[in-house]
Order: sequence, then C-alpha cells, then structure tokens
Amino acid sequence: MRRWRAFFAILAKDMRTYYLKPPNISWGIVFPLAWTAMFFLRSGSGLGSVPSLLPGVVSVAILFGTTSMLAVTVTFEKKNRSFQRLLLAPIPFELLMLAKTGGAILFGTANAFVPVIIAGFIVDLSGVVWIAFVPAVILIAMSSAFLGLFIAVAVSEVFEAQTFSNFFRFPMIFLCGLFFPITKLPVFIRPLSYAFPLTYGADVLHGAVQGEHELPYLLDFGALAAFCIVLFAASLWNIRRKWIL
Amino acid sequence: MISNAIAVEGLKKRFDDVQALSGISFNVGKGELFGFLGPNGAGKTTTINVLTGLARADAGTVVIGGIDCTHKPRAAQHLVGIVPDESNLYPELTGFGNLCFCAALYGMSIKERKQRAQRLLADFGLSKAADRKFATYSKGMKRKLTVAAGIIHRPRILFLDEPTTGIDVASARGLRRLIAELNREGITIFLTTHYIEEAERLCDRIAFIVSGRIVKTDSVAHLLQPLKGRHILEITFSGARASIKQELSREFPGLDFELSKHGIIRVEAGEEIRVGPLVRFLEEQDAEVAEARKVRPSLEEVFIKVTGIEAEAMRAEKEKKGKGR
Repeated sequence: MRRWRAFFAILAKDMRTYYLKPPNISWGIVFPLAWTAMFFLRSGSGLGSVPSLLPGVVSVAILFGTTSMLAVTVTFEKKNRSFQRLLLAPIPFELLMLAKTGGAILFGTANAFVPVIIAGFIVDLSGVVWIAFVPAVILIAMSSAFLGLFIAVAVSEVFEAQTFSNFFRFPMIFLCGLFFPITKLPVFIRPLSYAFPLTYGADVLHGAVQGEHELPYLLDFGALAAFCIVLFAASLWNIRRKWIL
Repeated sequence: MISNAIAVEGLKKRFDDVQALSGISFNVGKGELFGFLGPNGAGKTTTINVLTGLARADAGTVVIGGIDCTHKPRAAQHLVGIVPDESNLYPELTGFGNLCFCAALYGMSIKERKQRAQRLLADFGLSKAADRKFATYSKGMKRKLTVAAGIIHRPRILFLDEPTTGIDVASARGLRRLIAELNREGITIFLTTHYIEEAERLCDRIAFIVSGRIVKTDSVAHLLQPLKGRHILEITFSGARASIKQELSREFPGLDFELSKHGIIRVEAGEEIRVGPLVRFLEEQDAEVAEARKVRPSLEEVFIKVTGIEAEAMRAEKEKKGKGR
C-alpha cells in the first residue's frame, strides 16, 4: 500500500508539473492536427485517405508525445538533483521508474486519441477493430516511453536528450511502414525497419483501421511487449550503472 | 551499552584513478550526534552516498539500523532521512507541496502527510512561505525546508551533509539549534561539516577524515583533553628571516613554536605566555609585528595537529567552491 502511494504521488506530480501544463496540452493537440493536415493535403485524395493516414498520425502523436517529454524531464531532474530524492525513497527501483514513465505513457495514449476523435467527425470509424487498436496504442505508448527513458539515461544534458531522441525518431517514422509500406523500401533497409518497435505497432494499427496488416497480431503484440521489457530493463541497468556510482 | 545505529567496516570506494575512501571504519551509536569533519574532497559526501544507497562500495560492510546494507544498499532507506549538501527539492512545487510529496514517497497517507507538513512548516518557521514556490525561497529557507523534508517520515537516522554551508549567520544558528533539538528527540545524526566550531558545538563524537582515511575518532571531550591547561598565542608578523623559528626556540626554550605559510607564528605552552618579550625579540630580529592574540584552545587546534591541515585554508577553499557553484 505504502509503495503504491509513492507510485501514484510520483505519477500525479509529473502529470501536474509537466504533462498537464497548457503548452503541453496544446502541443498534444496541435502536433497531431498538424500532421493530420499535412498528410491529408499531401495525399490529395480527399476524405477517403483519412483511414489510411490515421495509423501513421496516431503513432507519430504517441511517439513524439512520450519521447519528447520524458527524455527532457528525467534529464532535467537528474541535472537539478531532484531525481536523487526519488532514488532515496524506499520503493523498489522498478516501481519508481514505472511511476516516472507512467505520466509519459498516459500523455502519449491521450495524444493518440486526438486524431482519432478528429477523424471520427470526418469519416465513419465503425469498422475499426478497437480491441486491437486500443492495446496497440497503449503498447506503442509504453515502448516509446521506455525508449524515451533509455535516451534520458544515456545523456546528461537536456539538449542532448532532444538531439538523441531525433536520432531514433525520424528514421523510425519513415522506416516503420507508417507512411510508406515496408515492402516498398529497398531490401537492404528492411531489416532495420523490423528493429523498431513502431513497425509492429503501426502494423496492428493498419490492421485495426483498414484491415490490412503484414504480420500476425500475435507477433506484433509479442514484439511490442518484448521491446517494452528490453528497453525498460536496459534503462534500469543503465541507471544503476551510471547514476548509482 | 549503546547499540549501533550505523556500523561501517573497511569501506572502500574508488572513482577512476581517485581512491575516495580507503577502508574507513566507524560506528555511530543510537541517539548519537556524530560529526564527520574534513576538508573538501576528503570523502565525506562519498561516505554519505554509500551509506544511503546512492553509491556502491567497492569493499567493506555497512549496517544501518541493524540491517546489513552491504549487498542491498537501499535496504534501510525507510529508516534514514537525508539532507544533501545541495537542495534536491522541486523548484516548481511550493514548500507545502514539496513536503507533502516527500511524505508520499515514504507511503504516508494524504491526511498524515498534510498534518506533518503543516507541523514541520510551523516548527521551522516557514508557515508564511508554505504556499510559495521553493524556487523563490532564500538560501536559509531552502536549507530549512530541505531539513524538514529529510525528517518528514520521522527517520531514526538523519544524514546531514554540510547543512549550514552557504547560508547567513542567523540562519546557520537557527539550523544548528534545530539539529540539536532533533538529536534531543532521539534521532541519530550523522553530520558532515567543514566548520570545526560547528562540529565542536553540536557533536558527541567526531571523526576526522582526510584523503579518504579516518585519522582520528573520539568524543569531543576526549579530543579536547590534551589541550586542557594549554595556552596558545598567535603572532602575525612580516619581514623576519627564514630561521626565525629556530631563533625563537633557542631564546624561549619552554615554548613550542609553529610557523605557518601566512606569516603567523603559533606559540604553545603549558603556562601563561608573556607577550611582551616575544614581540620585543621579534622586533629585534627586524620583524614587524602586526598583531598578537591569545587563542582559546579549541577543536581547531586538535584538527590542525592531527591532520596537518589549517582550518582557515579548509574554510576558504569550501567558501570559494560554494561561490563558484
């Protein structure tokens, strides 16, 4: 019980302090909107293109919402030493880091539904397989948040966190099949696509919205879960190694 | 017999090519106020970090509150409170918010954390600033709130790392009073400081640490014992020959002389020192005497004797570092 009080206190503080600030809320709305508009105009194929664009926009909204904030907040707290206070708290290290990433996961998940709600006003979404869509959104948010944590632990300055995030984010966006099918990528690049968690998330989202997916759902969800575990474990290992000297 | 709140044996810690701790051993009794005194870089903060689970020891054993933390450095964190040398509270939260958050980290209920935070804010004279953001606090207020955060969960052992560094005299005095009160309430306190007079005034026992080694551990009374009945005189002068110490020793065989780099000669004796003959002799040797003052024998003298480090230089170094931050 005591541990969970600490967990929710960390989560609530981060939500209040970082994620629910007006600039972030507006970022969470404006960014997916801008992406939606950009791809909508680019496709030039009218409202009919919305379902094909939706998985990509949802994924990008999650990816940027989670990685940007978490990498920066953890690096910032490490720099001003307030992260040390968390390390001194008598709660298991794993729970502490889950609390720290929890805010990013919730924020990323909420971001994902901004384009969905907007799309709901434009096209009929009754055909969407929500039972696949929602877990995929949550798993993408989790894997992206853990990627953000991994980045935050790897750097020491806030600006480095942003730069390092982009090193992962941009290749991921263009190579994970969100906007260009993986099958149309050069053969030698394809293996790289399968090294990104977003590839599997995007595949589920495409399947859930349009009914077309390349891999079995089980493999997609399994891969996403594996990425979550590996990234989280690697981050914890790195924190223990680098921050607890 | 007093049982130990902290027991450390053969603690070693190395950072790259720097041996921060070279096998230190000490015990802190329950309810004791234990001082860890040493210059900058002596290993004080490293010791606290190892004892509180923020750093891993390379060798040695650590037992805190009866819990063996040697292989599980975070096992006793529920028993200890930590006040680091630099505040680690959240600048964007209010004083009240910070305390409530820290209380929550120790699993206190919402009602309990609010009550405790209000009580501590009142005790530390910060009630009026409770709703102000921590970032707007003065240095003294920040230190007080950091101490309050360290004891929010009623720890049995409190680690205070340089608690009065960088704050004004009045705030430092208030903080020392609070530390003494906390100790009277039964909290075991492990205090690191470079202020010798602070350690002398507050601590039951003191360990001198230099370059990662403990060179002396004893009670303040025992440390001061050899100085009882000793008389000390400090003479500031300029223009004397390099051999002045030998000449003084020859002329005044009953006195001990120690010449510092800063043109100060310390004179020690087991009886009252007569200033006039000494000053006259120095002036005859073409020295210009600027000041001669009697010094009350204090822990500072013991520290200088034991460590060979001048307290003044130690303070100056620390203050310089503090300003540079």
